[in-house]
Amino acid sequence: MTDIVALKAGLLADIGRADSLAQVEELRVGALGKQGAVTALLKTLGGMTPEERQSQGPVIHDLRESVTAAIADRKAALEQAALDEKLASEKLDMTLPVDIVPQGSVHPVSQVMDELAEIFADMGFAVATGPEIEDDWRNFTALNIPETHPARAMHDTFYFPDKDAEGCDMLLRTHTSPVQIRTMTSQEPPIRIIAPGRVYRSDSDATHTPMFHQIEGLVIDKGIHLGHLKWTLETFLKAFFERDDIVLRLRPSYFPFTEPSVEIDVGYTIEKGQRVIGGSGDAPDGGWMEVLGSGMVHRRVIENCGLNPDEWQGFAFGTGVDRLAMLKYGMNDLRAFFDGDLRWLRHYGFSALDVPTLSGGVGA
Amino acid sequence: MKFTLSWLKEHLDTDASLETILVALNDIGLEVEGVENPAEKMAGFKVAKVLTADKHPQADKLQVLTVDPGDGNPLQVVCGAPNARAGLVGVFGVEGAVVPANGMVLKKAAIRGVESNGMMCSVRELELGEDHDGIIELPEDAPVGTSFADYAGLDDPVIDISITPNRQDCMGVRGVARDLAAKGLGTLNPLAQVYRMTGQAVATQGRGPDVRTDDTGGCPAFFAQSVSGVTNSVAPAWMAQKLKAIGQKPISCLVDITNFVMIDLGRPLHVYDKAKLSGGLVARKAKVGEEVLALNGKTYTLDETMTVIADDAHVHDIGGIMGGEDSGVSDATTDVIIECAYFTPEHIARTGQKLGLTSDARQRFERGVDPAFLDEGLAIATWLVTEHCGGTASEVTRAGDPGVAPRNLSYDPTLTLSLAGVDVDAAEQRTILERLGFEVGDDWTVAIPSWRRDIDGPADIVEEVVRIHGLDHVPSTPLPRAPGVAQPTATPEQKIERRARRAAAARGLNEAINWSFISEKEAASVGGGDWTLANPISEEMKVMRPSLLPGLLSAAQRNMDRGASLVRLFEIGRRYFRATDGSSDERLTLGLLMAGDKAPRSWADGKAAPFDAFDAKAEALALLEAAGAPVANLQMMGEAGDAYHPGQSGTLRLGPKNILAEYGVLHPSLVKAFDLSGTVVAAQLFLNAIPAKRKTGFMRAPYAPPALQAVTRDFAFIVPEDLEADSLVRTVKGADKKNIVDARLFDVFTGAGVEPGTKSLAVEVTLQPGDKSYTEDELFAISAAVVKAAEKLGGTLRG
Repeated sequence: MTDIVALKAGLLADIGRADSLAQVEELRVGALGKQGAVTALLKTLGGMTPEERQSQGPVIHDLRESVTAAIADRKAALEQAALDEKLASEKLDMTLPVDIVPQGSVHPVSQVMDELAEIFADMGFAVATGPEIEDDWRNFTALNIPETHPARAMHDTFYFPDKDAEGCDMLLRTHTSPVQIRTMTSQEPPIRIIAPGRVYRSDSDATHTPMFHQIEGLVIDKGIHLGHLKWTLETFLKAFFERDDIVLRLRPSYFPFTEPSVEIDVGYTIEKGQRVIGGSGDAPDGGWMEVLGSGMVHRRVIENCGLNPDEWQGFAFGTGVDRLAMLKYGMNDLRAFFDGDLRWLRHYGFSALDVPTLSGGVGA
Repeated sequence: MKFTLSWLKEHLDTDASLETILVALNDIGLEVEGVENPAEKMAGFKVAKVLTADKHPQADKLQVLTVDPGDGNPLQVVCGAPNARAGLVGVFGVEGAVVPANGMVLKKAAIRGVESNGMMCSVRELELGEDHDGIIELPEDAPVGTSFADYAGLDDPVIDISITPNRQDCMGVRGVARDLAAKGLGTLNPLAQVYRMTGQAVATQGRGPDVRTDDTGGCPAFFAQSVSGVTNSVAPAWMAQKLKAIGQKPISCLVDITNFVMIDLGRPLHVYDKAKLSGGLVARKAKVGEEVLALNGKTYTLDETMTVIADDAHVHDIGGIMGGEDSGVSDATTDVIIECAYFTPEHIARTGQKLGLTSDARQRFERGVDPAFLDEGLAIATWLVTEHCGGTASEVTRAGDPGVAPRNLSYDPTLTLSLAGVDVDAAEQRTILERLGFEVGDDWTVAIPSWRRDIDGPADIVEEVVRIHGLDHVPSTPLPRAPGVAQPTATPEQKIERRARRAAAARGLNEAINWSFISEKEAASVGGGDWTLANPISEEMKVMRPSLLPGLLSAAQRNMDRGASLVRLFEIGRRYFRATDGSSDERLTLGLLMAGDKAPRSWADGKAAPFDAFDAKAEALALLEAAGAPVANLQMMGEAGDAYHPGQSGTLRLGPKNILAEYGVLHPSLVKAFDLSGTVVAAQLFLNAIPAKRKTGFMRAPYAPPALQAVTRDFAFIVPEDLEADSLVRTVKGADKKNIVDARLFDVFTGAGVEPGTKSLAVEVTLQPGDKSYTEDELFAISAAVVKAAEKLGGTLRG
């Protein structure tokens, strides 16, 4: 009996002192292996009387269990220590930089065009397109622009030496208005479209580039009048600038393809030296700026498209997309739009995920 | 157009304030571009008298003056003007005044040790002219102490308005006044009162000048009157002052009279020196190559479409645009012919455009002057000439007829509501129209005034009514809205474009917008363009691009010049071709370009890595996939074109003819032509060639993930060296379509153990069992099929 107690104490002490997995294994074999001291004691159980077994059995089993548990614990502790040591040796400087993943961007003009499509879709306008190389009938004549109008001159309009199958002069469209003609000649009213795209004028200075972007709007229906135009532009500008305090000023103007013609000014205030759209232009810090040209479609234009102007009437408007982008996002140099300077594109561009939505807001 | 407030008030009897007038001008469509009161710049400048003038003790060229500014407290002023002297009355700037010419604030200061309080001013310092030889000398009786602006009549705001091309009638001050009167801002004074003309007409003596028109198309009417015995000195002060106020330099009395009448009444005139003419004047078509030295000092070569006024020997006037130098009036002129003609607007416009010549007269004639105002215009001009230059007027010669047929249209006052959405009382409409000079019949037949050439339909009448009534009364009216939420509007092509754009940005490419036109040389480097501009703005912007690559290359080069080490750019835009019928064939394209260091130097692997052809291919495939192209069905072929490295480029096609994309390393000579170096890779995706997805509804094909796990088997084949890997992979994949769901190349090897002229390609084949696992026999059969398929391409299983 005392032998077993002493054996247990000795084994547990040895296991507690073991400082390597090999030593633990050696002790396990010495105690629990086939020739082990504990195994030998277990074997004696078979030769005992029931009485002896009743008194000795639990003691020997306890010895085996204690030693087994002590070995497992010691093994786990040593493994943990080894792992800790290994991990400690694997320490890295986590302030080192990660690989640079190039950040892409969407051009402000594309972003604003997407915004416009989103806003006008809610008002029932589809996006229409047309060629940039146009004929002079659709770009001028059908729009009631007379042969001698200064806009037709070579110093304003880019011409090609070519003519189309109908003998019309070919040119680079000077506005998106020919899309009005293409829409009205190919589609039955009612019509609600916007037409964004590249346009060209022979002009190049600090605020003009020979290529820029316009957006055209056209509504042809029954009973449409200037009041609808006013509401449409007011609603559009409020949605675009995400401000409720947009104030419009309508001024009589002149475009050959509309009658009456109306120029639209929008009120702004000066904040931190920049013009910010919103508020009345007549306010103390305010002013008005021209943002859109518009009017009721001239009956001759409707006639030129083969529609009956006594049945159908409507309005059209147009403005610069680049300019809208500048007003909303604060760029001040139009030429930079077409320079492809990566620094500018990254600063003023938009993330791929900035998809304009009505629920998330069209601005980013 | 510029005029002063007092000038306007000559025509408009009003007590409206400047502010009210400016608001009204904007409201009625005469947009105010600016307003400036010259008196504001003159604050602090007074009429003052020099009491004493003594030599400066320290400087030979300076004097020390005592100046009386009118308040009885004379000030000491140091002055360098040679004409400064005791008794001179001039203009004195007090301490605190700002000198208009240079913005300098006048301060008490010591000049060479002598205290000076303020400054005696020159003409140039006050921006009243160029003279800087001395200080201004006013008449001795000028009232000392009064503000100089008041004394000089400068307290008169100058208003600048922009006139839309349809409103010729407002290219004269009187027309502006008429519009404002219609708006209710006062009443229009009679013309005779404005010009202070006595009741009687100018007495005439003798036959009118010998003028005629042989070109009734270009010059339907040529009215003229001569005046003999004139003295052409300076214009009367009131006229000169008005002209000066709006920036017109007074020239001589006769010239100033024509300028004044043009600006006041919108009626251009011309005055010829009769002594310099030989024979009568005729309006005729120019002869081809005929030349004229115009009043701007330039010689113009004319052609047979242009109308001129000529005598027996020379052309003396480019009709309605600019007079000739040879017959212009001078100080010595004694006998003149005054021309008051009507030139056809379309002719004037065409001639002006051809010659590239603009003038105040052209601006008015090409918009169409009042054809009924020739007699009156000429009478006013003759009255002014005889009044201010003396002389005796002849009778009037009237050659031709300006064509003043009355024009009527029938109007319905309810149109204002239906077209403009604003309900204007019929009586108010009538008043507005009558004030504008329309005559309105009881049945609403409206007679259009002769000066309103722009009015040709009822919509124009609506515009007149509404602009005077006020556009601010137009009520904002919602467009009818379809029930429910808004319907989708984007077309398939628009959706392809949007997806491609956002995918490219998500893949780290920056969107640029490059010019649609490129140089001829650039176009030639990508195969040449179909459209070349007749009138490009520069040689760099001449040909409509057949490719997006030149624009991207130029942008890359600019960025590299600015020190960029990595360029990843893309653009979505059109390429321009010509269809067989001569119309434009514009193809939506996404171009992308990558140059510089693909990955920068890093602490992990040290060296920067360059781009290679597979980077371009990866972008092309990813973006095609994002745009919705059936990428799995694409054929990989060559023939990317001369812009690319012939051995490191390719095309992705849907069928042999439909190319969806080209990609690769750009040809080194193209790269060099754009001053770039290193490997530049690029791709073009032909978005217009991507087939639109068929609309099949939202329901997906039914699918349940297979119960059994897929298994993979690797095969390595020795194949001929020139075999394209893609054909082996496709062949392997097609060897057993029922079981093989994927095949992927994972190794390419040449070298030790592989015969020269061959290479080893290793393919991982994925097999998907159905409801039972494969048996050994089945797997053996599939393997045999794969090997057999590879053998058809000359491949043998590597031992």
